[in-house]
Amino acid sequence: MRLNPRTLSAAVFAMLLMVGAAGCKKKIPVATAPPPAPASRETPPPPPAPRAAAASISSFTVEPRSIERGQAATLRWSITNATEMSLDQGLGVVQANGTRQVFPSNTTTYTLSARSAGGGDSKTVTVDVSAPPPPPPPSRIDTSISGSDMLTREAQDAYFDYDKSEVRDDGRTALTHDADLLKRIFAADPSFTVAIEGHCDERGSAEYNLGLGDRRATAAKEFLVQLGVPADRLTTISYGKDRPVCTDATEACYQRNRRAHLSPAK
Amino acid sequence: MKIRIVSVILLVPAALGIGALLISAQDKKITGVITQGERPAMAVPDFRGAGEAQNFMNGFNKTLWDELAGAAVLKMVAKSYYPIDVPQQPQDFKPPTMVAPLRRGDSPKAQSNGPWLTDWSNPPVSANNLAFGYTAVQNGQLVLRGWLYNLAQADPQSAQVIGKLYFGTLDAQGAKKIAREFAADILSFFGAKSLAGTKIYFVSDRTGAKEIWSMDYDGTNQRELTHYQSVSTMPATSADGKLFAFTTYAQGNPKIMVYSAETDRRLPFINPVSSAVETPEFTPDGRRLMFSASIEGWVQICIADVNGGGMRRISHVRAIEVSPKINPKNPNEAVFISGRGGSEQLWKMNIDGGDLEMLTDGQGYVANPSWSPNGQVVAFAWTKGYEPGNYNIFVMDTANRKFVQLTHGSGRNENPWWAPDGVHIVFSSKRGRNTHLYTMLADGSNVQQLTTQGNNIQPVWAKAIN
Repeated sequence: MRLNPRTLSAAVFAMLLMVGAAGCKKKIPVATAPPPAPASRETPPPPPAPRAAAASISSFTVEPRSIERGQAATLRWSITNATEMSLDQGLGVVQANGTRQVFPSNTTTYTLSARSAGGGDSKTVTVDVSAPPPPPPPSRIDTSISGSDMLTREAQDAYFDYDKSEVRDDGRTALTHDADLLKRIFAADPSFTVAIEGHCDERGSAEYNLGLGDRRATAAKEFLVQLGVPADRLTTISYGKDRPVCTDATEACYQRNRRAHLSPAK
Repeated sequence: MKIRIVSVILLVPAALGIGALLISAQDKKITGVITQGERPAMAVPDFRGAGEAQNFMNGFNKTLWDELAGAAVLKMVAKSYYPIDVPQQPQDFKPPTMVAPLRRGDSPKAQSNGPWLTDWSNPPVSANNLAFGYTAVQNGQLVLRGWLYNLAQADPQSAQVIGKLYFGTLDAQGAKKIAREFAADILSFFGAKSLAGTKIYFVSDRTGAKEIWSMDYDGTNQRELTHYQSVSTMPATSADGKLFAFTTYAQGNPKIMVYSAETDRRLPFINPVSSAVETPEFTPDGRRLMFSASIEGWVQICIADVNGGGMRRISHVRAIEVSPKINPKNPNEAVFISGRGGSEQLWKMNIDGGDLEMLTDGQGYVANPSWSPNGQVVAFAWTKGYEPGNYNIFVMDTANRKFVQLTHGSGRNENPWWAPDGVHIVFSSKRGRNTHLYTMLADGSNVQQLTTQGNNIQPVWAKAIN
């Protein structure tokens, strides 16, 4: 613990002096000159009433167009004049210019919609997904890919209801996938350990959310252990609402933050 | 004389027991208790300084006025009503000469010879009390000679209530210090508890990481206390101001750290093996610490020695339980937040976990309890009547569970903390992009913003540490 006395006072004092000096000056009345004569006798017509421009998607591409299952493709778009912009397939609200990595498991068509008061626009792109070759047996796993990389790339988050820590059906699916992944990682790297992070949306109190995040991490851990993941390779940590993935005050964002997330233990 | 004493005595319970009065009365009456009522009228002319001392008198006069006005026990008479001839010391008072009336039957007329008590007690000032004095430089120090007069008295000798010297450094800080000390003596005479020697500890992310900060209760002197560049939150101080605790991610999982305020050194604290240890609360004797820790997957309330030894779990339920707060007047009683009945609510228990009682009615979500210094009223944040996340500040008499809502939806209002004077509450509110700290009177009036940078939460208004 270090005491850090701030030395802003000089700057503040200088600003106060400036403000004070400005305030002290008496305003001198200025004789107003008559306005200049108009150049033309005709008064110009008023400008046209502004009309809301129609939203327009100037580009929407995907790179690469075809991938193997498990690989990533990058969506890239540029939108003008839109007030509402969103991607389907659960990707949600987007900015006017942006990119998004997607990991479709099957051939998927993404629709980008843009709307404004003046009209809407939408465009679609399709990512062709081919089945990857069957994975090699665990004993011959490619050790050049670290457990950390595999975890970061493939682990899926389990999502929760508001103020709840029960694992939902979609969470079971995600954690079942994660259990298989963890078994493969642990087989390849016997020293690897995983931290299960519990997160909350911003609405609860900081104090209670720390408890709720802990509860979610523990619920996810218990589920993984039931599926045969060794408990001594899993730790839990609660981040409460201190590490959100998004900060919008929308249910879509709240849902993304109510999650259990797997990361390499430090 | 007798009448005056009676009115002072009546004021004492009014100032100390506002919490109790708050609850037993209707909302409208509550507002009346604090904001109107029969308050003594106080005149405080601007003090002047001799020589170099005058350089600091603007700050001095502002602080003195703000402290007296902010305590909500005095009616401050506006300076525009004051006589031109202002006394600076007792010998300045000169009794008026009574001259015989020109016409028989008229009452004798007073002819002024200088400042006199009636200049201030008669209309238009109509003050009951007058504070006056001056400052000067002596031995390199700023010295205040301050007096408080009771204007109901006949002469200056019997009018004097306070006549005292105050010493400060010859700078703006010193001027502020002596103004506060003089104000504290005046407020003490009127039965108000002084806030002198208190600070507000809080959490701010203005440097990019959540750290513990301190400031004066008027928002000045904001200083960073921790520098872990992690997430350090939930500050707590011991009642004697000697110990200081908080929760931090500096070592991985959230853990409690305890510091000695005297040596500024970290003290040993054995955290239980847990994925989250949080909401530290010192017992009133400063020898033990209550907190919440994750035991078997549920954050539960525990108590341990101040070094973490002898830890004992108090609650044994499958629910999240946080924020234990011990009654400052009854160390065997605590309130806390529990989800054991469904959504998290305000509960009360004995310090050993017995005699459980849910205080709020089960609606909405409750957070952040804080006891009033008299141990009767708890302030807390509640979403009752609003969507989840939209907290407002409430106060409740724990004896009869009657409550009053103090904020009404202007932003997200959380983290109320009762000031040591029992009259003010500091709280956090998100009224724009960022969350800031505000103070208000315990009836919800006189809201003042204290912070302007970053986000600021979890204030603790306590005796200054160090």
